[in-house]
This record gives sequence, structure tokens and C-alpha cells, in this order.
Amino acid sequence: MQKKMQNVIDVEKVESNRLKIIISGDVLRQNIDTPFAVLQESLTSDIKKVDFIAENLEAWDSSLVLFIYDTRRLCQEKNVALNMQHLPQNLQDLIGLAFAVDRNPSRGSEKFSTIEEIGKKTLELKQKTADVLNFIGNVLSGIGRCLRFNSIMRKIDFFAALEDCGPKAIGIVCLISFLIGLILAFVGAVQLQTFGAQIYVASLVTIGMCRIMGAIMVGVIMSGRTGSSYAATIGTMQVNEELDALQTMGLSRIDFLVLPRLFALMIAMPILTMISDFLGMMGGAFVGVFLMDIPYQEYWNYAFKAFRLNNFLVGLFHSFCFAIIISLCGCYSGLKCEKNADGVGKATTKSVVCAIVWMIVVTGIITVICQELGI
Amino acid sequence: MIKDIAIEAKNLTVGYGDYVLLKNADYQVNKGDIFIIMGGSGCGKSSMLRVLTGLIEPLKGTVIINGTDITKASEEEVQKIREKSGILYQSGALFSSMTLAENIMLPLQQYSDYSLSTIRELAELKLALVGLKGFGDFYPSEISGGMKKRAGLARALAMDPDIVYFDEPSAGLDPISSRNLDDLILELNHSLGTTIVVVTHELSSIFAIGNNSIFLDAQSKSILARGNPNDLLKNPPNEEVYKFLTRGGEK
Ligand SMILES: Nc1ncnc2c1ncn2[C@@H]1O[C@H](COP(=O)(O)OP(=O)(O)OP(=O)(O)O)[C@@H](O)[C@H]1O
Ligand SMILES: [Mg+2]
Repeated sequence: MQKKMQNVIDVEKVESNRLKIIISGDVLRQNIDTPFAVLQESLTSDIKKVDFIAENLEAWDSSLVLFIYDTRRLCQEKNVALNMQHLPQNLQDLIGLAFAVDRNPSRGSEKFSTIEEIGKKTLELKQKTADVLNFIGNVLSGIGRCLRFNSIMRKIDFFAALEDCGPKAIGIVCLISFLIGLILAFVGAVQLQTFGAQIYVASLVTIGMCRIMGAIMVGVIMSGRTGSSYAATIGTMQVNEELDALQTMGLSRIDFLVLPRLFALMIAMPILTMISDFLGMMGGAFVGVFLMDIPYQEYWNYAFKAFRLNNFLVGLFHSFCFAIIISLCGCYSGLKCEKNADGVGKATTKSVVCAIVWMIVVTGIITVICQELGI
Repeated sequence: MIKDIAIEAKNLTVGYGDYVLLKNADYQVNKGDIFIIMGGSGCGKSSMLRVLTGLIEPLKGTVIINGTDITKASEEEVQKIREKSGILYQSGALFSSMTLAENIMLPLQQYSDYSLSTIRELAELKLALVGLKGFGDFYPSEISGGMKKRAGLARALAMDPDIVYFDEPSAGLDPISSRNLDDLILELNHSLGTTIVVVTHELSSIFAIGNNSIFLDAQSKSILARGNPNDLLKNPPNEEVYKFLTRGGEK
């Protein structure tokens, strides 16, 4: 079909100062770039008038409208008279409609040079840091209000949050921890077997799980499962103007939204970590007893010998810190969410990424401190 | 003098960052007025409401509500004004994790000393006032858009506010409900003397309830007209206002 009529839009020079644009046949899904480029080339400065000729025009769609629209803009720019009289009436009306409102809303988004861009980013960073510190300060003062029984936190919200991040999370925590114990034991066993010291798999798994792996795994699971849900829930409230309503009702967002979630995680995560520690040891035992033929009794003997209260408590302390990080990252991203669906998605992503990064940073800090203190 | 003015905006510039929506606007809302903010879509009506309710700060200028300059007031003073104002959001903005009754009880529990049973009864009463008797135990997700709006109004009325702000109250309502809402607004205004600020496009409600108004214009970023909408219709000060009030010039 395209072959039969080669050029549906043709640009012709009729007199020294006059152009003719001939449109014929079906202009459907046409590539208008080529004819427009031709037009731009032909529209030299001595051209004063452009005519549309559309005697043989049959069917047309938006591509033609766009071509005419662009042509009209180009003619306006170059101060060339454009004659559209020969176009079908409905096409003329459509173009008229497109030009009816010309407001050119400015968004103040100019292009900046690299140095200005760096400066702007730095200022933004300063603003963001101030925002985060402000948020943390507000949370602390919220906790203060809570301790003085002066907070508007609703108990029911707290229990709902606790149920969600406690009992409902046990299943996945158990599964993952068991598998992690299994993996730890496997990886360790291969190395230890070369010395004939496979019995120490029990110690390896126990120390590894209690000291750090239990807490980290629970942290990763909870930031994906609960932190992101905090961000999504609060972000959606932002979209629905519920956060505005809270603010204009004079109810503190911190007390109302952040504290119940924070407290719930602070209680749930250490408990989940204990469960995780235990399940990890079970995973290790599974490998030790069934695959490496270590006697059941023997395995647990070594496991308990390796168990140190210190390690266990350090693990719990980790998980307590992670709980704070996860809930604050989740709630903060939610509160700062933009007012659209896309914003909620971004907030969710940000909450998980932030939580995991900060969890690693805090783990590093705690490890160094423990090293110094000799714990 | 101050006593009779509910809201006074002086030299107010509204916008976001570099993006100015309205420049140097001055207007006053008297106590007991039903004040309409009208104008084309995107001219900044909702933004103006956000400034009045303290959700965003104006780029310039002051807003004085019941004698307090909210751009300079302390946290406690702002809090006091908030307790005495109710807002109905475009989408209702009910808290989705709470039932309708709990939504309404929330500000009461926070700011009043009533007993819990009284608060519960008050919530039922407010729901009945907006025609939602018996829906107290429903969650927002279980009711229709129009009902959400009315429930939102019930919540806005919970604290017996001095000023109630409405953002497009009739958007998404059928003609009868929209009319009922207008009647409700008039009733509130007559019986309680509540000052009411309404952002709306709905011509019939503008003429039915409004006794004062401003007309915002996006192009000139200014107030194009002010006064009683019915007077504006009789003597339109300019083309735009005439077109707006007559749906583009029809009889
Ligand atoms: N948070 C924001 N940041 C930047 N610009 C915004 C923001 N919110 C709104 N705007 C811009 O402000 C303009 C006015 O928005 P606003 O919601 O006040 O309009 P409106 O008069 O209420 O319109 P409508 O009648 O359609 O509700 C819009 O053009 C929008 O692009
Ligand atoms: Mg609006």
C-alpha cells in the first residue's frame, strides 16, 4: 500500500516566495519526519507564503494533524503566512483547538552547569540531612511523650503492628534460618573434614548464628517484609491525603504512625532472632547428624559448649538496633513519599535499600566496638 | 474590628519553589460567610486551601486566622486554630485502618474531656447528621466515594469548628447528594454560624450557597473578581468571570 503512492506529503516551490504542500491519498501512521525535514529545508528566508493543497486527501489520522501542527508552529516562528483554507473543515477545527490555549506553564527547571549542579546537590544533601536529624529528634521526643503517658499513640495500632511483625513473620524466619544453618554447616564441614575435625561444625554453626547470622537474616527478612510494608502503608496514606488530615487535625504523625511500628519491631525482632538462632542450630544439627554421621548427643554437646552468653547477647543487641533502623527507614520513606502511585513504589524501594545499607554500617560499628571492649 | 474577620490574607503569594501560582493576593473572609474560591482547573485553588490550613507555607505574605498570624504563630497557637477548624478533603481522607466511628472519635478523644461513651454517642450523632446513621462500624473501604465524603465531613465537624474548609465537596457526588451537601452546608452556617470556605466548580452550588467569593486566574496569577457570586453574575467585571459563571456564555 505504501509503495503504490510514494509521497503522500509533497513540498513544492511554486513561485520564488511561495511553497505548496500537497497532501494526497491516505495519511495513516505516516512517518512525518522526512516531509517535515524537507519542508524545513525549503522554507528559506525568501519564502513568504505556504499553502496546503489537499484535494486528493482521503483518510487521515493524528500523524497528519501533527504534521500540520508542526508546520503552523514553524510558520509562526518564521513569520510566514500559512493558508489552511483547502484543508478539510474538521481538520482545521482540530488544529484550531490545539492552538486555542497557549499558556506555556513554566516549571522553573532550567539547565544548570555541572558546578551549579554540584552546588545544588550539596545544598539538597544539607537539607536532607537536616530533615533526617529533625525526624530522629521528633521520634525521640515522641518516645519521651510516651514515657510520660502523654502520647496519642493508640494501643490498638501497636498490637496490630506487633501481630504483623511477630507471629505472622515466624514462618518465614524459621524457614530461612534453618536453611542458613544448613548452608553454614555444609560450607564449614567441607573445610573441617580435611582435618578430620568435622565435630567442630557444631561450634561453627552455634557461634555464627548466635553472634551475627541470626540477627542479620532476621534483619534482611524484616526489612523486605515489614519495613517495605511500613513505607507502602504510610506512602499510600500520603497519596490519600490522610497525612494532611492528621496534620491539620493537629495529631502528631510520629505518635500516631511511627511509634507503634517502632515499638512493635523493637519487641518482635529480638524474639525472632532467638528463634532464628535456634532454628539455625537445628539446621546445623541436621547436616551434622544425618550427613556427617556425628552422633546426635555429641553434636549438641559441642554446640552447647560453644554457646556463650556474650555472643548471644551481642546478637540480640544487633537485632534491637536493626529493628530501630528498619522501622525508621520504612516510616521516614513513607512520610516523605510523593503524592502519586509512583512515589509509593520509590518509597518502598528506598526503605529497603536504606535499611540494608544502614544495617551493614551499624554491624561494622558494633563489631569494632566489641573488638575494642574484648566482648 | 478583628472580631468580625475570620480569615485575612495579606499580600499572599502562593506556589511551589520557583513556580508561582498566585501573586500578591489580598482578601478577607468575614465571620459567618460562605466563601467560595473558584477558578479554572490548575489555577491553585487547592494550593490556596493548603496555605490557609497551614499545610504549606506561602512564598510570601501573611494569613491571619481569627486574629492569629499563622505564618508566625507558635506551635501552640497553631494547634489551637487547628482544633477549631475542620477540613473536608477532595477524597475524604479517612484513616483506612479505622472504622468511620473511630475516625470521628479520634479528634474528640484527643482534644476533649468527654467520657468514652459520650464520645461514641457524639460520633453516632455526627454520622447521623450527614446521613450515615448506622454506618459507624464500617471501614472506609466498605463504603462508596460519596459516603466517604460525607463521613469526612462528619469528622470535620467533630470538634464543632469555627471554620470548615471544603475541597470540591460535590465532585463525584450525584446531583441529589450534592444538593443535600449544599443544604447541609447552609444549615451548618445558619444554625451554628460556622464560617465556611469552599473550593468548587459546581455552578449551582456556587449560586446556591455562596455569599462571598474570589475568582483566581492562572494567566494573570491574580484575583480577577470578588464578591457575592450572584452579583458577579449580574455585573460580571470581565469576560473570563462571565464565561466561567455562565458555562462559556450560554444562557
Ligand atoms: N506539590 C506540588 N509541587 C509542585 N507543583 C504543584 C504541587 N501541587 C500542585 N502543583 C501545581 O500547582 C498547580 C495548581 O494545583 P492545584 O491543585 O492547587 O490546582 P486546583 O486549582 O485545585 O485545580 P483543580 O481544580 O483541578 O483541583 C498545578 O498546576 C500543579 O502543577
Ligand atoms: Mg484542586
